[in-house]
Amino acid sequence: MASADSDNGTAPGADPGGEPGGHIPLAVKILVAGGFGVGKTTLVGSVSEIEPLSTEEVMTEASMGVDDLGGVEEKTTTTVALDFGRITVNQQVVLYLFGTPGQGRFWFMWDELAEGALGAVVLADTRRLDTCFPAVDFFERRRIPFVVAVNLFDGAYDYGTQEVREAVDVGADVPIVLSDARDRESSKAVLLALVEHVMRRRSPATTGRPLP
Amino acid sequence: MRGAGEHRRGGQRPAHVREPAAEREPPPAAPAPLGGWDAAPGAEAVWGASAPAGGARDAAEELLRHRRQRGGHDGSLPRHGAAGPLVRPYTVTGGRTRPAEAGLDMISIVVATRERVDWGPLEPEHAAILRLCGRPVSVAELSAQLDLPMTVVKVLLGDLIANGDVLARAPMPASDPPHMSVLQAVLDGIRRL
Repeated sequence: MASADSDNGTAPGADPGGEPGGHIPLAVKILVAGGFGVGKTTLVGSVSEIEPLSTEEVMTEASMGVDDLGGVEEKTTTTVALDFGRITVNQQVVLYLFGTPGQGRFWFMWDELAEGALGAVVLADTRRLDTCFPAVDFFERRRIPFVVAVNLFDGAYDYGTQEVREAVDVGADVPIVLSDARDRESSKAVLLALVEHVMRRRSPATTGRPLP
Repeated sequence: MRGAGEHRRGGQRPAHVREPAAEREPPPAAPAPLGGWDAAPGAEAVWGASAPAGGARDAAEELLRHRRQRGGHDGSLPRHGAAGPLVRPYTVTGGRTRPAEAGLDMISIVVATRERVDWGPLEPEHAAILRLCGRPVSVAELSAQLDLPMTVVKVLLGDLIANGDVLARAPMPASDPPHMSVLQAVLDGIRRL
């Protein structure tokens, strides 16, 4: 992978010939959603080439409150923390994985987060399956392709994928994958299932490998 | 910067918000090439041959030191108590909450355009960002590395872009369905992990 081209990234201005920034890679993102504590950051960390980073966005929201201070619209700000990881796909493409805030009150941020996402992983915990319903609703409404990954916690009830499919009530085309967010191979399989799902939706002729 | 995001209300304003330029430490003549932070070896090859790791950390520490000199951030961990940072995030943007350069996304990738930079007129935050832009880096990563909210980073990047110091590449537009070649590349990239 270490070619002469790869040096351009660290030698700004020394870019030979071509336009500066010509080697800026394209960024794509996948969202990892689900209830609080379901293992989103664990999944991100298991496949990311960097330790998951944490960033924050200060969001302003018009308050729904009744206080009216002389016609000045009350605004509230909320700081939303996002954990994310990175996978360098190749010199042209870099993939970011964003763990989305689990709490419902951060939903107003999801639109920005979801914009342009390749797709999403909805992590589910069978002990409290309902915590993943809001995420499923969100992605269905916005027609963002997603897979449901059932994180197999110790002591979780042992459900089959069909039972989970019925409980979550998603279409037959939505892949449901049993996973262990701590395990890199398992998390890779979840992401592969998602990307293959996205590709199938793009082009029915291009069916990837059978889903695990 | 994590936590409730509640900054100190009322009372004290942050002491010296901006120090006179003369007191600022002269920055290095050129941004040192930065190694990725803890990037996998394979990734490093893609992002470019790297200087010794820690470049990002140096830039972040430099920034924290500047904040200390301002009497603001003490730079210790945890970064600040429940009361929030002493320097309000938007102090460094001069109160601006919208970047001059519209359209910066959290995964917009930015990179410095040139090796030689006139560091003199740069505020410490601008300089810190520019140092981290020696290789392509996302807005979200800059935000995490510098412990500044993404909105603040976008405003500061907007200045640098307007000044011609930084180029940005927007992520895939939401309206465009992802190219099959991009999807295939992502698939192959994940398989290689």
